[in-house]
Amino acid sequence: MFDDFFMRALIAGIGVALVAGPLGCFIVWRRLAYFGDTLSHAALLGVALAFLFEVNITAAVFAVSACVSIALLLLQRGATLSADALLGLLAHASLALGMVVLAFLTWVRFDLMGLLFGDILAVSKSDLATIWLGGAVVLGILAAIWRPLFAATVNSELAEAEGMNPARANIIFMLLMAAVIAIAMKIVGVLLITAMLIIPAATARRFAAGPEQMAVLAALIGAASVVAGLFGSLEWDTPSGPSIVVASLGFFLLSLVPTGRRLTRGRDRPATEPRHGAKG
Amino acid sequence: MLKRPDPLVTLDGAGICRDGRWLVRGVSCTVDPGEIVTLIGPNGSGKSTTAKMALGILKPDEGSAKRRDGLRIAYVPQSLAIDWTLPLAVDRFLRLTGPIGKAEAADALAATGVRHLARAEVRTLSGGEFQRVLLARAIARKPDLLVLDEPVQGVDFTGEIALYELIKSIRDRLNCGVLLISHDLHVVMAATDRVICLNGHVCCSGTPTAVASSAEYKALFGARAASTLAVYEHSHDHTHLPDGRVQHADGTITNHCHPGDGHHPGPDALHNKGDGDVR
Repeated sequence: MFDDFFMRALIAGIGVALVAGPLGCFIVWRRLAYFGDTLSHAALLGVALAFLFEVNITAAVFAVSACVSIALLLLQRGATLSADALLGLLAHASLALGMVVLAFLTWVRFDLMGLLFGDILAVSKSDLATIWLGGAVVLGILAAIWRPLFAATVNSELAEAEGMNPARANIIFMLLMAAVIAIAMKIVGVLLITAMLIIPAATARRFAAGPEQMAVLAALIGAASVVAGLFGSLEWDTPSGPSIVVASLGFFLLSLVPTGRRLTRGRDRPATEPRHGAKG
Repeated sequence: MLKRPDPLVTLDGAGICRDGRWLVRGVSCTVDPGEIVTLIGPNGSGKSTTAKMALGILKPDEGSAKRRDGLRIAYVPQSLAIDWTLPLAVDRFLRLTGPIGKAEAADALAATGVRHLARAEVRTLSGGEFQRVLLARAIARKPDLLVLDEPVQGVDFTGEIALYELIKSIRDRLNCGVLLISHDLHVVMAATDRVICLNGHVCCSGTPTAVASSAEYKALFGARAASTLAVYEHSHDHTHLPDGRVQHADGTITNHCHPGDGHHPGPDALHNKGDGDVR
């Protein structure tokens, strides 16, 4: 029943989801959703440059995203603009630059829809290797910087006072983000990468009791979204990238269903407090 | 005189300048092992800035801030907002910047009276509870240097006395240095070895006096409180004018105030070493 390309799509999608979940938690905790968007817009410029210089697309996207991250850090230090204005500037400037460069490349045939929304069904064996090897490296580095990065997320000054190096952890985190954008672009496309990062993490937040648990849950929910989305797209002949995002939205909506929460709350509530009982 | 141990932290003429304005300047002080140093001063006087220089969060723009090699620091910041998107229980929060054993964590929480909150979500705590959790986290780290920025904020008065006693007992147990920023200009811990009064620079420093033996004070706060709290009375040899200039005791007015600018009596007269002296 599984065509080979479908198996490859599943394995690739799950690989991306396992990496995007934990990183997405930091995006949610640090309120960096717009930063994810900015990097993914910059990815389009990376694609254009890859065509122009005939280099590996993933490497070019990573390089451009990394440059945009560093540019953001430098601009934040010097400029008097707010972070969201800077992000908007970088996002749309790099998107527009990417489109202009692509327009010059009249001899290149490229699939703009594939870039914007992903082309998971066209994943090759070498793409699989990139996703799983790259993903393993990203997760390994994330695990290594987990404590300083999380401490800096809670309070940067506290982390620094107690001997950690939040600035270094932040830079490494931004490079990891650039790497994930580069390897996830093929799966869900430029426009939907942020959804892969944020929605599973937001869903996991409802059930997680601790940060590590939330990261693992986000990875698993993301993987489940990939499986559900791909089977849905096979069944109803819908575009695969958007279907994955719709599936993860479905899981998020399910997590909002109040029954489970009300049950837990009732259990936590001491029986001797009728005041609260009357309220709920 | 016994040879003094190496100080944990040494600030030497340290100052921070932001946008052409000196937040604090010319701060020289040390914190020795087992010593409690309290920083007092009005709002905007540079207390937190000075503490951040001592911690290494801010690099001094002039002068220097040195910490002993391998110094283990615990910091209780003035305010700490936990984002509601963070699922963070108290026992995980204790391990934020380093591993801490279960027994140490439980002991520290018990010491600050919040053991029952070990599994509570941090963002559901009240201000006073969170303050105690912050302190518990600092204790559990078993630091060489404990820096507390207004640790009794949001804690009621009896709790305040208890926390001050706790800080003293931590000092006694760990023999750590304590740098404490007081929220109150006039009332400081009795156990304080040295008080540094800041107002953009070190106005004066010395030992706190044994307080308020007055009957009204004891009537207000109880005899136990009177032995715990102390009023550090001090007179300044200069006045800060509203426009930021400084009027000295000899009537001259200058833009800044430096210990060595000739408007102050010698350092021996300024720094009171005798215990219980009132200046």
